[in-house]
Amino acid sequence: MAEKIRGAEILLRALADEGVEFIFGYPGGAVLHIYDEIFKQEKVKHILVRHEQGATHAADGYARATGKPGVVLVTSGPGATNCVTGIATAYMDSIPMVVLTGQVPKHLIGNDAFQEVDNVGITRPCVKHNFMVESVEDLAITIKKAFHVATTGRPGPVVVDIPKDITADVAEYHYPDKIEMRSYKPVTRGHPGQIKRAVDLILSAKKPMIYSGGGVVLDDAAEQLIEFTRLLGYPITQTLMGLGAYPAEDPQNLQMLGMHGTYEANMAMHQCDVLIAIGARFDDRVTGKLEQFCPHAKIIHIDIDPASISKNVAVDIPIVGSVSNVLSEMNKLIRASGFEPLDLEKDAWWQQINKWRAIDCMRYDRNSEIIKPQYVIEELSRLTGGDAFITSDVGQHQMWAAQYYKFNKPRRWINSGGLGTMGFGVPAAMGVQLAYPDELVCCISGEASLVMCIQELSTCLQYDLPIKIISLNNRYMGMVRQWQEFFYDRRYSHSYMDALPDFVKLAESFGHVGMRVEKTADVTGALEEALGMKDRLVLMDIVTDQTENVYPMIAAGKGHNEMDLPPGVDVERELS
Amino acid sequence: MRHIISILLENEAGALSRVAGLFSARNYNIESLTVAPTEDPTMSRMTLVTSGSDATIEQIQKQLNKLIDVIKLTDLNEVRHIERELMLVKTRATGQLREEIKRLVDIFRGRIIDVTDTTYTIELTGSGKKLDAFLEALDSKAIIEVVRTGITGIARGENALKL
Ligand SMILES: Cc1ncc(C[n+]2csc(CCOP(=O)(O)OP(=O)(O)O)c2C)c(N)n1
Repeated sequence: MAEKIRGAEILLRALADEGVEFIFGYPGGAVLHIYDEIFKQEKVKHILVRHEQGATHAADGYARATGKPGVVLVTSGPGATNCVTGIATAYMDSIPMVVLTGQVPKHLIGNDAFQEVDNVGITRPCVKHNFMVESVEDLAITIKKAFHVATTGRPGPVVVDIPKDITADVAEYHYPDKIEMRSYKPVTRGHPGQIKRAVDLILSAKKPMIYSGGGVVLDDAAEQLIEFTRLLGYPITQTLMGLGAYPAEDPQNLQMLGMHGTYEANMAMHQCDVLIAIGARFDDRVTGKLEQFCPHAKIIHIDIDPASISKNVAVDIPIVGSVSNVLSEMNKLIRASGFEPLDLEKDAWWQQINKWRAIDCMRYDRNSEIIKPQYVIEELSRLTGGDAFITSDVGQHQMWAAQYYKFNKPRRWINSGGLGTMGFGVPAAMGVQLAYPDELVCCISGEASLVMCIQELSTCLQYDLPIKIISLNNRYMGMVRQWQEFFYDRRYSHSYMDALPDFVKLAESFGHVGMRVEKTADVTGALEEALGMKDRLVLMDIVTDQTENVYPMIAAGKGHNEMDLPPGVDVERELS
Repeated sequence: MRHIISILLENEAGALSRVAGLFSARNYNIESLTVAPTEDPTMSRMTLVTSGSDATIEQIQKQLNKLIDVIKLTDLNEVRHIERELMLVKTRATGQLREEIKRLVDIFRGRIIDVTDTTYTIELTGSGKKLDAFLEALDSKAIIEVVRTGITGIARGENALKL
């Protein structure tokens, strides 16, 4: 018979057996037995954040960069509620995460005990699944289930609520290698008949369009996607979450689509006759007005989650399965068919696309003395060869990062797409830097987002995380200001950031390097200097044009063919 | 259209609230919901009556299937099936009413299961429509209390929802 050990030790052994490298956490009463156990072991490293929201975003960033589940540990009550934003952020973007929350002892549950909240109830709508551990005998198996559910099928966050007494109770430790759940059996292999039908339709298209999303990144299917796209010679566009899965600089790539997508991508969506949606979910920021979405197209949709299919847009050929599996099968059929890829110069559809492309919808004033935010990102992209890990916060800077940074590899672009959580960037960058200590990790932020999780600069000092924060400081909540300019007659209600801190001193007070950049001519030099400080965190406060807007833009409720382009671009004239 | 969805789910704490929460979070409508353990105590059987367009019903089924606690489900509308509901009604039973109500109960093949000097308690099973018809036939002033279980249903013949 195996020796009986305490629940807290069972938990740590289970995490070690799962191969967990880091726990992002913050202690408190309900998890003190667990913290005591963390103290006694060395396999799993605990990273002490400065706010539980930071723990969830850091674990999330780690998961997005590595593909491995992020792990969080927090106390009951406020510790758990502080995690909700981060859990919802991960849920919306299907990020595998296991969040361990302390709970008051079982006999106190329901008594409004000190630091008691119904954490299973609070998190239910924003988790893939959650558990309350009922007894110490169930603890190891519940942890196994949590990791299994979080990482398979369409991934997502799983919460495990652990009453304090269970961490003190004793039981034998057995950790299963594998687990079967009769109620959870995700389908990964696409239906061969559907795949065949889809390929027939794909090969018969005259104006095809590939639209790929975050599912390709999550499933590590970039290789299959690249092969698929090149075998066909078809144009491809990506969602905000899908950037990097197909190399940005490849000529077949029409870049991002949707609200702030390129003119060529959105026009091609509007006119295509066959749309191939791969690991994307037809989000409203992508589709625009549904009645006007791809009006001429037959639609094929490949997704691991059956509930994503025909949710917003009815599709003609649904294929449920992992995108890597389905694309591999499709690639075999395409190769066997002897199909000739389209010629990017001679093909009529490409000629049309090339005309749209020639509009150069993302032009901006490159001769401006006031720093243009787009220029900063372009320079960063050039200096880093499109190969850095880039996290971002939420707002205009996020869109410019998506538009102007040339992501040539997957898992390099790490942002909160679905929930749009300001405050995500810095803690997410910590998680990435911990996973890849020798890689360059940059956080592109805005002065409003940046202060939402600024406390994590302490965590960065404690664990020597030399991230580079590039804050595009326009003294506005820029994205809010843009909407107010366009849709509220320039009534800038509460979007001005009054009383900003001195960001240089702020960085210094946390023990880091601060830099302020005010002139276009200084941008490149400053970036080089910052990137050169390999072992220091540098916060770059870059003073940018206050009035710059994100273009192109499809206003809410408009179709893909109704884009607003940067001022001065006359499409009619330029196309004729 | 109205659909009866039959669900096998893990008999776990919280499984019911996951289903109920899904319906409120996604703005689906629930007409009625019944649930109880099956012959295998680790599983519960739920019958849920909802309505919506074909697309909504398809989403409801997919979202239900996506819940980790849901083992299997079927839309009874797609097969020949039987639906039943149990109703208990307490009525006034004085004077003329005593005979009238007794006759009505017989016509509807109900049973009077509790009698006092002034009241009857009636048990009636059938489809929802039949129960509605009985209530309409009763003099509304006579009704003291109505309790209905909500619809439960099962497929006809060999067809079965099981593991
Ligand atoms: C937590 C949170 N609160 C509010 C918002 C709404 N919001 C979206 S963008 C934005 C402004 C962001 O300003 P800043 O970080 O300075 O970036 P900029 O748009 O100026 O680049 C706000 C308030 C949000 N996305 N997240």
